[in-house]
Parts: sequence; structure tokens; C-alpha cells
Amino acid sequence: MLKIDNLHARVDDKDILKGLNLAIKPGEVHAIMGPNGSGKSTLGHVLAGRPGYAVTAGSATLLGQDILDMETEERAHLGLFLAYQYPVEIPGVSNMEFLKASVDAVREARGQEAISSVDFMKQARECCKTVDLDQSFLKRGVNEGFSGGEKKRNELMQMMLLEPKLCIMDETDSGLDIDALQVVANGVNAMRNAERSFILVTHYQRLLNYIEPDYVHVLAGGRIIKSGDKSLALELEEKGYAWLEDAA
Amino acid sequence: MTDFMQQPLTVAAETAPAWLAQVLERGRQQWRDSALPNRKTEAWKYNNLQALQQPFVAVDRHAAPQLGNIRYPQLPGSTLVFADGLYREELSKIDLPAGARLLRFSEADEASAAHIAERLGSAINRSQHRFAALNEATLTDGVFLQVDANTVLEQPVHLVWLTSGQMEAVSVNQRLLVQLGANSQASVVETFSNANTGGTAFTNGISELLLGEGARLDHYRLQLEQGESAHIGGVHAAIDANSTLNSFHLALGSRLKRIDLVVEHRGQGAHCELNGIYLPRGEEQVDYHTCIEHAVPHCTSSETFRGIVSDEACAIFNGRIHIHPNAQKTRAELSNKNLLTSNRAEVNTKPELEIYADDVQCAHGATVAQMDPLTLHYLRTRGVPKDEAEVMISYGFINELVDGVRNKALRDYLKPLLARRFARNDKLTRHILEEESLEQESLEGGHE
Repeated sequence: MLKIDNLHARVDDKDILKGLNLAIKPGEVHAIMGPNGSGKSTLGHVLAGRPGYAVTAGSATLLGQDILDMETEERAHLGLFLAYQYPVEIPGVSNMEFLKASVDAVREARGQEAISSVDFMKQARECCKTVDLDQSFLKRGVNEGFSGGEKKRNELMQMMLLEPKLCIMDETDSGLDIDALQVVANGVNAMRNAERSFILVTHYQRLLNYIEPDYVHVLAGGRIIKSGDKSLALELEEKGYAWLEDAA
Repeated sequence: MTDFMQQPLTVAAETAPAWLAQVLERGRQQWRDSALPNRKTEAWKYNNLQALQQPFVAVDRHAAPQLGNIRYPQLPGSTLVFADGLYREELSKIDLPAGARLLRFSEADEASAAHIAERLGSAINRSQHRFAALNEATLTDGVFLQVDANTVLEQPVHLVWLTSGQMEAVSVNQRLLVQLGANSQASVVETFSNANTGGTAFTNGISELLLGEGARLDHYRLQLEQGESAHIGGVHAAIDANSTLNSFHLALGSRLKRIDLVVEHRGQGAHCELNGIYLPRGEEQVDYHTCIEHAVPHCTSSETFRGIVSDEACAIFNGRIHIHPNAQKTRAELSNKNLLTSNRAEVNTKPELEIYADDVQCAHGATVAQMDPLTLHYLRTRGVPKDEAEVMISYGFINELVDGVRNKALRDYLKPLLARRFARNDKLTRHILEEESLEQESLEGGHE
């Protein structure tokens, strides 16, 4: 699914990723944990092609295709989805218009049949129910005036409608209360299948009680310094990161 | 005084109805006594008046210019169409209930003429507005809408002023006087448009809105002229106690558009909402100078202007709020936001608050920004192509004001017109224009 080799990236002339390696197979869920400033969010933004995030060395392929030279929208068409830690507010562009434009663009690029507005609204309404957002949110400006939790649910709704192959969830759990966390976890778990992979970037082991990962990685100093199964997250919760950073 | 208007001044003096003679004379005097503004005139310092360097001529009264496909909205209700300043009966229709009158100055009987003459210019400070003086000096015809007390017009009154481009350097005078009686309601749409090729025109348009106590007017002034045309003019409103004026303005670019909007609150409890959109591109110039005169206590005003300036175009916004010494308990707000889509685009914005009362609430703000790269990126991470994302963001910047247009027929006309202004092809606007049908679908589906 995803293969990252020796990835180096800088932001504002500061090296953040320093030789990151990661391989993810279809259907796998990988959690990435690590101290603040270690490069967790940067990884997601680099893969999504955010302006100002420059790759200086290394490679990343998604489904066998080199994505680092692709336009951001082409990466989305191929199946990459980044759920933002801080989703962007776009006043004046309604959520509905935004979602339909996204779905149409992705379906067209994937050679799928166009979806009618009737079918689209049916799907959108169902997604609203699943993520527990009132339908009135479809008419509002994208994320405009949404609470932190509502923004995260809106991200999840986009993910459900776009049916990506690889979902990167950047601290989706931060700022969520227990109920909202449960809603998001249920949504993610319902989307899990043999063809779809997930990267969960998180600070808290708690999320992994709801969404069980296949692997847990520790990212520190721009590299993955330790990998293990879900028991690693429990160990981190207990001991913190210092013992690993010292060893690295 | 420069003589670029010499011929129209002479023609007006010879052809205007006799009852307008005094109006013409006072206009002529004021125009003659004042110099043409230049870069050293504070209120005109950003305007390039190069477009007025040639002599203009009034159109022959017997001409019948071809209009081709000049764009203007088709609305229900009454419509009066003028081409190069001349009335076009075959394109017009009058459909008014009892208690409302719509007539041209040139057809006014003695009683109407006296009524109009008494009120014409009563909301205008001619010494401050030289081009309003010029308007009176070259006045040969105009439109008067009168609505009696307690009368409600359900349908809009649409005034369409076209320039055909079939002659060079045509001078067009436009004048409107609206008088709403106490507790009456009306909707007035003014559309200015032209052929996008052909000769140049200079339109000098002045509209006066007089609102009686408790009256309500929804007013729209669409400046759709393109190309080499110039338009200098404005709207002067005087609003009485407990009346409401909602005034919406749109300016697509042309070589020069200078619009002055003046609203004077004359009675307590009056409210005015002034909204506008300007979208100059190429080398076009648009200037809105607004002035709210809070002359009495307990009035409110709210003003929102948004501009998107592209290429090497230039926009000017000057928003003055003047709160007189006794105008206590005034609430006034003003917001002006600008989006620049090119490095060479220019905007000059100045909110101007002059407050002489101590118990008032005022808020104002102006911003100038480029398209936010993170917003653009966010849309692209969801698969939306860059060119479509840019169109969605640009239109989104003015969407709120377009959605605020109360007249549905007009909103349905403006939405595609404005969305397509940002797009090379219709594929890029399809989701903006599809929104309403999705919303409809969502309403119907919601009742499953």
C-alpha cells in the first residue's frame, strides 16, 4: 500500500524528517506515537503535498506509484486522505458544495460513474447520521464556526464519502470527549477492510483501545526509532518516551 | 471648467422641459464654479479621470440604436428601458397597483412637474458632489416613482439604462427620483449595462431615494458596464423615522466607475443596510465612496462591501460614517474586505469614522488579503482540482452577499453571472450552481 524509504523533509529551513522508513500493507492499521515536535504531523502533510513542506531526500510510493511528484489532488484521486488535526474553515463555500465537488472529482479521476445529486444527498445524510452531525451542517460553510469535535466529525464524513485507500488521521482524537471519540472510532472501524489501510497519529493510548492497531511506531527526531505491536502503546503510556530516545 | 461636456450642456439647455429650467440653471452654476477634481482633490486622489479627456456628445433625440444582446436581468413587475438615454417603449412595461405611479419627467403634467421639481435634489449636497451638479445641468429626462402611504408593491420596479456603443463618446444622463410615502414598501432595481464592443460612453447617473416614515425600500443598483465606458454618479438617500433602506450594489469593472452613496438618517429609528460587491479586472477601476450621515439619535446602519481585484485592476473603497453631535444611541458598523488575486492588483480602502456624540456604538474594519494557500491546499487534499478550488474560494468570498439578495429572480440571475466571472469554463462553476438544487434535495429528502 504505502512504502516510505529514507524520507527527509524540511519546513521553513528546518529539517524535520531525517530518514524515515515505513511500509504498510493493505488492510493494516499503524499507530504513530512520539513526543511533541518529532515530525508526526509533518509526515502527513508531506505525503499530502502541503506547500512549504519540502522533501529533500527519499521516496514515498502509494499503490506502487511515486506520489511525491504528484499534485495534491492527484494523490487524493489515487486514494490518499489526510484527516486534519486543525481542519480549515472556508466561509462562503457550503459543506454540501465542497463534499459534492470532492466526490465528483475523485470519482471522475477513478473512472467511476458520476453520482446524481439525489444519490449524493442520500449518502451525505446517512454519513451525517453515522458521525452524529445534524444535517444542517451540510448547508453551513465548510467547518465555519464548528466546534473542535464537529470539525473532526466533518473530517470523518469526508473520509467516508471519498472512500480512500490510505487514511492518515492526524491527532483526530485530540480535543474529543469520550462520546465523540466513540463515534469517530466506530466510523473508522466500520471503514476497515482488507483493501484499506490507516495511519493513526496520536498522543494517547486511549484511542487505540477503540481502534486496535496492527503496529505501533515511535517517531522521534524525524525517524522511527521503535516499532512493535499494540502492547508497545501500553508500555509508552507507562514509561514515556525518554527511555527510547536515550537508547536511540 | 473643462469643456468636455460642452455639447451636452448646450443640448440640454435647448431641449429640456421648461419646468426643469431652474434645476438646470442651478446645476450649471455649481458645475461652472467648481474645478474638475484631480489627484490633489482628497476625495478623488486615486481616480484616473483620463477617460474624460475627450469631448462627449449627447445622443440625437431621434436615434434608435440597435441593442443586440446587451445583458440585463428579466424581472417580473414593471420595467423601463432606456438606450443611450432614450426611452424604449417596446422593451418596457408598467404593471403597478393603485397608489403607485411611475412616470418620465418628459411626460409629466403640470401637477406632477411641480411635485417633482419641489423634491428633486433635496437629498443632494451639490457643493460636495460636483457630478450631481453636472447631472442637473444636463438633465433632459428622468424617472419618478411615487408610492402612496401604506401601499405595498409586491413586484420590483426595474430601471434599465443601456449604452449601445454605436456612437463614439456618447454622454448619457440618468436620473431617478423615488418617493415612498409613510409605511409603504417597494423594491427598485437599477441596472446599467452596455454592449461590450463599440464606442465609448460616459454615464452620469444620479438616483435619489426619499423614504417617508416607516417606509421600506429594497434597492439594488447593478453596474454591469464593461469595456471602455465610464460611469460617475451615485445614490443619495434621505430616510425618515423608522424607515428601512436596504441597498445592494454590484460593480463589474469598466475603465472607470466612481459611485458615491450617501444616506442621511433624518428621523429616529431609521435603519439602513448597505452592501456591495466590486470585481474589477484587467485595467479596470472601481471606486465606491460611501457616507452615512447619522444626523439624529437612535438610528442604525450596517455596511458590508467585498471586493475581488484581479490583474492590474484598481479598487477604491472609502466608507465614511459621520455621527452628528446629537445622534446619541447610534449603532453603526462597517466592514470592507478585499481579496487580491494578482501581484499587480491594487486596493485603497479607508474606513472613516467621525463621531461627535458620546453614547454610540461603532465598529469598523477593513482587510486586504491574498487567497489563503492553506485553504486552497485543503480543498485539493479532497481531490478538488486547483482551478476549481480557486473559483470556489473566490465566489465563496462574496457568496454571503449574493445570498443576502432578497429578490429571488435577481439572485438567480446574479449567481451564475458572478460565479462564471471567476471561471474559464462552466465545469469550474458547476458545484457552486448545483448547491441550490442539492439544498432543495436535502429539504425534500429530510422529510422521508
